[in-house]
Amino acid sequence: MTDLTRKTAAELVDALTAGETTSVEVTQAHLDRIAAVDEAVHAFLQVDAGGALQQAAAADERRAAGAPASALDGVPIAVKDVLATRGLPTTCGSRILEGWVPPYDATVVTRLRGAGLPILGKTNMDEFAMGSSTEHSAYGPTHNPWDLDRIPGGSGGGSAAAVAAYEAPLALGTDTGGSIRQPGAVTGTIGVKPTYGSVSRYGLVALANSLDQVGPVTRTVLDAALLHEIIGGHDPMDSTSVQDRVPDLTDAARLGASGDLTGVRIGVVKELGGEGYQEGVLTRFQESLDLMVKAGAEVVEVSCPTFVHALATYYLILPAEASSNLAKFDAMRYGLRVLPEGVDNPSAEEVMRATRDAGFGDEVKRRIILGTYALSSGYYDAYYGQAQKVRTLVIRDFDAAFAKADVLVSPTAPTTAFKIGDKVDDPLAMYLNDLATIPANLSGVPGISIPSGLADEDGLPAGVQILAPALADDRVYRVGAALETLLRDQWGGPLLAQAPELQGAPA
Amino acid sequence: MPEITRDEVAHLAMLARIDLDDAELDHLAPQLSVILESVASIEGVAGDDVPPTSHPMPLTNVFRDDVVVPCLTAEEALSGAPEVEQQRFAVPRILGDEQ
Repeated sequence: MTDLTRKTAAELVDALTAGETTSVEVTQAHLDRIAAVDEAVHAFLQVDAGGALQQAAAADERRAAGAPASALDGVPIAVKDVLATRGLPTTCGSRILEGWVPPYDATVVTRLRGAGLPILGKTNMDEFAMGSSTEHSAYGPTHNPWDLDRIPGGSGGGSAAAVAAYEAPLALGTDTGGSIRQPGAVTGTIGVKPTYGSVSRYGLVALANSLDQVGPVTRTVLDAALLHEIIGGHDPMDSTSVQDRVPDLTDAARLGASGDLTGVRIGVVKELGGEGYQEGVLTRFQESLDLMVKAGAEVVEVSCPTFVHALATYYLILPAEASSNLAKFDAMRYGLRVLPEGVDNPSAEEVMRATRDAGFGDEVKRRIILGTYALSSGYYDAYYGQAQKVRTLVIRDFDAAFAKADVLVSPTAPTTAFKIGDKVDDPLAMYLNDLATIPANLSGVPGISIPSGLADEDGLPAGVQILAPALADDRVYRVGAALETLLRDQWGGPLLAQAPELQGAPA
Repeated sequence: MPEITRDEVAHLAMLARIDLDDAELDHLAPQLSVILESVASIEGVAGDDVPPTSHPMPLTNVFRDDVVVPCLTAEEALSGAPEVEQQRFAVPRILGDEQ
């Protein structure tokens, strides 16, 4: 029998439609895979075998009745633990929410359920999505399936690793500064950050409201498009949700899969490359660029001078928003409550302080304090106010660049996956991982990361990022699918086929 | 640019309602100084004439129809509470002994 976990979501749909398999079989195969490899990978914080199989059985009934609920009915999915799931614990990788069971679903989860996708479980992440390595999870790091001693990226390392290790065909991630795209790059998978406001944030535990966006984590561009079409679209429960219709993304992915890029203008962002980027990452990037030129694309160099300030801007805006958002973890209505030691009849404030000390990890504390500082009187104008202005300049740089090019490209992350432990207590070194992905969050534009190959010096995956103007998400799918085809033709198959087999995996 | 001192970090932690012990202050204060020094590089990048951006896709006046829609039951809303009393959130004392 063919291994169902190796199939793409689109292939699983074909097999389900043809009656060659059932959703229960597909879901069970992934649960078995999780049981076999997740002790080593640790992509999951929660596995809901019973719930997933029940949802799979319902999907099989719908299909048997000739009425599948959606294009992906019956295809199982993993969900990042920052998205509220009714009846299933949601911790955000934090002790402060250990054991919290949401009484409601995030809108994207409601849509998954409505579309018939069985939810396999919740994936590991940096605490409250603060990090680029998943090492800041209170429940231990996730390991990169390419090399278990290395990080899978972050904050959505669990979702990326789950997909890369064939534990799930699809996953949801969230991207605030690169948390979908950077894990995609370092695990050899696909990650998409949609246009800000085009996918609902209701039920997404906010890190930074003006930057967060939910998006697909998959092994192929077409699978990402199929998933994106299910989760996207206006939501009245999210006041920042845009009314615009989601463009036809699967059509764009299918069009791109021909590999033809005739007439497409590709802008190479001068400021996203060079110093600070690993040589092998740059070599693979140049190779991708050459392939796209051969396929008919026209390449222009564009300059976005303010991008060199994007990282600093982000690390003022994000902590400011995060420190406000995380004020709600106050030990009163939900989550952890810790009583201070040696205090008789402690006050609410004392309980709050003790709880937040015990419940938050170092990175969360760093960012809350930094945000509190940036928002405090006397410093507000110099820090937060100035960052908001530079944000305007970043958006203007994008506008100017998109006047010259249909899409912009860069390496997704400056390096390949580093060793677990290398940067965990060096915040600035950690922040540099998001150098190339942050500008898209500041401006709201959509982006995709596509595996570009293995870096020569370490044999680990690198990624190419493709950015498009706001609401033109179809472009990232068209160009992404084209590049995927061109590279696969070179490799003779997907990049993940070159990953080492995980121990405990069935032959 | 002002360096962030250990005392300032202690003050900010108090404002943010996080008890930091001495060891944590020793550990976090120098790291925060390094981060702050780095982000301070945006000083002067944007002139006074540049308007600030708070949201990348600004929307104004987002309303919905004034109709009753389903919401959480009291039991659901209280389901994650550390302590519940008479269908309410039970919290530690708010006022000091002297009040």
